[in-house]
Order: sequence, then C-alpha cells, then structure tokens
Amino acid sequence: MRSRLLKALTLSLTLPVVLVAGCVSEPGTGASPGVGGDGIKVGVLHSLSGTMAISEVTVKDAELLAIEELNASGGVLGKKLVPVTEDGASDWPTFAEKAQKLISQDKVATVFGGWTSASRKAMLPVFERNKALLWYPVQYEGLESSPYIFYTGATTNQQIVPALDYLAAQGKKKLFLVGSDYVFPRTANKIIKAYAAAKGIEVLGEEYTPLGHTEYGTLVNKLVDAKPDAVFNTLNGDSNVAFFKQLRSAGITAAGTPVVSVSVAEEEVKGIGPDNVAGHLVAWNYYQTTRTPANDTFVKAFKAKYGVDKVTSDPMEAGYNAVKLWAAAVTKAGSTDVEAVKKAAGGIAIDAPEGTTTIDGGNQHVSKTARIGVVEPDGQIKEVWSSGAPITPDPYLKGYDWASGLAP
Amino acid sequence: MEALANQLPIGLSIAAVLLLIALGLTFTFGQMGVINMAHGEFIMAGAYTAYLLQGWAGEQSFLLALPVAFAVAGLLGLLLEWALIRRFYGRPLDTLLLTWGVSLILQQLARDLFGAPNVQATAPGWLTGGIDLMGVRMPYNRLFILGLAVVCVVGVWWYLAKSPQGRRMRAVVQDRELAAYSGIATGRVDRFTFLLGSGLAGVAGVALTLVGPVGPGLGTFYIVDAFLVVVAGGLGQLRGAVIAAVALGMLNSFLEFWSDASLAKVLVFVVVIAFLQVRPQGMFVLRGRSLV
Repeated sequence: MRSRLLKALTLSLTLPVVLVAGCVSEPGTGASPGVGGDGIKVGVLHSLSGTMAISEVTVKDAELLAIEELNASGGVLGKKLVPVTEDGASDWPTFAEKAQKLISQDKVATVFGGWTSASRKAMLPVFERNKALLWYPVQYEGLESSPYIFYTGATTNQQIVPALDYLAAQGKKKLFLVGSDYVFPRTANKIIKAYAAAKGIEVLGEEYTPLGHTEYGTLVNKLVDAKPDAVFNTLNGDSNVAFFKQLRSAGITAAGTPVVSVSVAEEEVKGIGPDNVAGHLVAWNYYQTTRTPANDTFVKAFKAKYGVDKVTSDPMEAGYNAVKLWAAAVTKAGSTDVEAVKKAAGGIAIDAPEGTTTIDGGNQHVSKTARIGVVEPDGQIKEVWSSGAPITPDPYLKGYDWASGLAP
Repeated sequence: MEALANQLPIGLSIAAVLLLIALGLTFTFGQMGVINMAHGEFIMAGAYTAYLLQGWAGEQSFLLALPVAFAVAGLLGLLLEWALIRRFYGRPLDTLLLTWGVSLILQQLARDLFGAPNVQATAPGWLTGGIDLMGVRMPYNRLFILGLAVVCVVGVWWYLAKSPQGRRMRAVVQDRELAAYSGIATGRVDRFTFLLGSGLAGVAGVALTLVGPVGPGLGTFYIVDAFLVVVAGGLGQLRGAVIAAVALGMLNSFLEFWSDASLAKVLVFVVVIAFLQVRPQGMFVLRGRSLV
C-alpha cells in the first residue's frame, strides 16, 4: 500500500509534464477559409495559463484591441480580421504545436505571439518549415534574424546596451547579474559581460533561478555580500515578485543598490506591489506615461475596452504595433501572401505610441527609442533618460567592437 | 564567512516555509493516503483570502486573514472530500488524477475571478524591516513565518497527541475497520481530517503572501516541495515532517550558496532519491498492524 502510494506520487509529479506535452490540438473553429470570403484569419498565440500568463495575457489583450480597431476602420484589404486565439500554456512544445495548428488547420495569414525566447525558439522551425509569418512582440536577447519572424520588441542594442550606457554614465562600476534560467537571461548576460569587460566594469556575480522560483533568501544574501553598485535583473514572470519582496525585507534600498530590470513593466509592478519596487530602474522603449498623441489614444482605448484600472506596458505596445505594422505591410503588398508581405514590409513606418517606429527590411526588426525609467510609488514609471531618436536595430551588435566575439 | 553564517537563518526560514506548506499534507497524504494535487490550490485560496480581506479591511487585516483563510481553505477541502474523494479511497491513482483535475479547475477559477496577473498583497507595516541577530539580518516577515510554523506544529502535535478527536483520527489511520467497530464514525473523522489539512494549507497561503507572488499559479510553485517533505519525513509522521523540512531547508540554502538555484534544486532531488533508496519509507515509519 505504502509503496504503491509512493509510485503513484512519483507518477503524480511527472504527470503534469507528460499530459501538457501530450495535449492534442483542438479542432478548428469552423469551415470558413483562412484568407478569403469576407474575413482574414490571424493567429494570436500566447500563454493564457501557467507561469507566463501573468505577462502574456496582457499582450494578447493589446493585440485583440489592435485587431478590433482595424476592423472598426474597415479591416484590411476590405476584409475583416478574424482572430484565432490559442493558449501556449507556458510550455514551449505546446507553442510549437499550436503554431503548427494555426498554420495548417486554421490557415491563418500570420501569427502574433510568444513572450519567452524559449517559446520563440520552439516556434521558429515551425514557421520556417511552413514558410509562414510570426510577429514576436517582446524585447529579447538578439543574435537572431529569422526570415519568417518580425521582431517588434527591442533587440539588445535598443534596451540592454542603452541601460548599460546609462549605468556607466551614473558611475556604476560593479554589477551583479540575476536572471531566470533560460535563453534570454543567459544570452543577455553574455552580452553584459562582454560590455563590462570592454568598459572596465566589474561583474561580481551571476545567478540564475528556475522559472517560477520563489525562494530568494540565498541569492539576496550573496548579493548583500558582494556589495555591487547596481543589480542587472533579467528575471521573468512570477519570480520578480518574490525577488523584490525578499530584497526589500533584507534591507536593500533603491538608493543604495538600484536594480535595473528589463522584464518588469507596469503590469508586473502592480503584482510586485509598487512599495516593494519603487525607486528601482527599468529599461524599455515605452511606458504608459510616454507622451505622444498615439499613446493618449492607445491608453484611452485600452482602458475603455478592458477597464480603467488596467495599465499598458512595453510588450503590450509592441504587440499592438505588430498588428498595425503587419496590416500596413499587407495593405502595401495588396495581398496577405507571405513573400509579398515580407517584401513590402521594409521601410514601413507607423506613428506608434512609443513614437515613430520603422521596419528594417534587412533584419526584420524595428527601430525603437530607448527609455530608462524609474518606478514611482503609484506604480507608474517615470522616464529619466531617453535616446531621443529611434535606434536602428542591430541584433548581432555588428556596430559594437566589444561584441565581436558574441555572434554565433 | 559572514555570508556563510547568514545561510543558517536563511535555511531555517526556508524550512519554515516548507513545513507550513507540508504540514497540511501530513494529514491528507500522510494520514489518509490521499495524493491531493489540489493542496497547492488550497494554499492559493489562503493567499487570495488575505488579498481580499485587505481590500475590505486594510493591511491590518493580515492577522485576521489567518483564521479566515483556515476556514475558507478548510471548507474547500471538506467540500472536495465530501463530494469526490470519499468515493475514491484505496484508489490512489484515481484520486491523483481527480485532484489534479480539481487543481486545474481551481487555478482557472482564480484566473477568471482575479485575472491572470499577480495581485498585490501588502505586508502590514509592523512586518516590514528586520533586526540584526549576531550580525545576521533577520527580516521580520521571516521571523513571523518561523513563529507561525512553530505554532502550527505545536498545535498539530497537541491535536494528534492530546485531543479526543486526534486520538480517533490516529485510530482510524492505524486500523480503519477496528476503529469503526469500536464506534468511531470513520466518515466523519475523514472529513474532519481533510478540513484540518486543507485549513493548514490556507494558513500557509496567508504567510506566503509576505515573501512570494499571489497569482493563479501560486500552488504549483510549492506542491512538489510539499510532497518532498512528507515523503522524505515518512508518511504521517509529524516529527518526520519537521526534521525533513529543516534538513531540506538547510540543504537547499547551503547547496544554493555553493552552486546556484537551478543546480541546488537538482542536487536536493538527488539527495532525496538516494535517501529513499536507503530508507524507502522515509525517516520515520508508522508501524501498523497491516501486513502490507
């Protein structure tokens, strides 16, 4: 009886993995054709459950808002957009599987989706194999340029490098690196270490924790012991809440040791509790407080659709932009054909909430303005520095001498 | 060296968290043999209770949240036992699937009720800050969790060892039929055991809002660790759970100090697996009269 119980328990601990990985796609939504008739089907693929849902649900909301706005102004090529939403469930094989389902079963014209680099890396071969298009809306670690992905979030030279420049200008000479244990933080830290080595900045420690980790006592202890000038934080998801709560109760203040986060935006600040993170720095391309006419419209529309207590954040804005950029490219191409859209996309610019953003035809990234912000006690983020003009995307950091050894 | 000394209280506070989340399981899993995958969601229910009370009564409602969360999670557990689990006793694999399904349903329910993003549960003012003990900084919230764990353990010990209800429960665990023949209403004892075990999960949930996130996925972060403690400690053994929690907490904190969090997690599992090879029934074994 007891040993049977233990066996069952072992099974129980592995079961979620097996079951989730084995999920079979649901049947399509109907017989309506992918492109044609009076609608154009587009896929929206984010984690609506699991540890990444905290972040990805908001991006999905922003993308649906953009689709709704396009439909309200007549649609694209005179046809309404029909979103097909799928749940990636914070599980990378599921992302690949759902992407395949959207492409072959729903026959969508394009897919907007992903958040973690692990999910993007899982979907990349699917889109390349099927010659289909993915619009990926989140800042990431760079060093990638798939011909079938458009990257509307920042690459490293539009977020991490400006953040490092900012810290260097503030006289921060000793850094401590904290990140979740997957592709983005590890690659980002490789870049940070290359930068640090070239600019005479010392990296005192480099720590990774599994996604969903909640126990930061030891890590904070190591951090206190190392006495860095600043902490560079690439933690993702729920872990940020535990990290900042435990950092604060260990007596570390933003004034003494500021933490620069690249994955903490307005939505995450709300969950962490503004008290716990106020005064710390974040690096993005857009804040809810960014002053542009397009942003006024965006924030107002978002609150009208989803509730006045909702906040807007950088990845949401990048997701919103992705839909608008794709629509502009389709309009220019006169078709949703993937090759035609890719050809038409280069040079397309829109007045986005973050300011003018232009697609780079070569690497399929977009130009973005870099902004450093400080978290305010009310949960909003105040810009303290900006690059002024959009920075041309450089995913392989070819324009930086210190980064010469990084490209694969 | 000073940092190394710091690891001791950190290990203790990890142990306190482990103990709090596992204590309820020593009832439902340890005593009754029900693999309750929804235990994590009862923890989550406790955390959301703290969040809701705060919305109504301000941050001073934190202490009030402890008994209320106990009641909320306890009633959820009672409902689960009464509606489903009692039909599945002696079928551990079926209960496992059943409760896993319940846990998914509860997670989605939380997501629908409170939204997918984490919500903010503010710690009361008197729990922010900390004191320096022998050159080691102990945050008040960690001390509070430590104290709460001790109180819960003592309470559970008293209940099992001294109270008539506890005695009946032990009787049912040792020999269900004989207990029934002696006039114990075993069904009622089962239900009460489940209420207590789930209630303790709720209390753990309130405490966890001090140090961790409050969101629909909350339970999934802790459930594996909770089972680990109960299995390593020996099923149904209070002192086993206490020792296992302290050992795992210390192991975790020192292994992480010398390596990193990901590796420490792997090493802890390796140690537990190796340990279970030597002692498949955990640290302490409940000697019953059954032949199996």
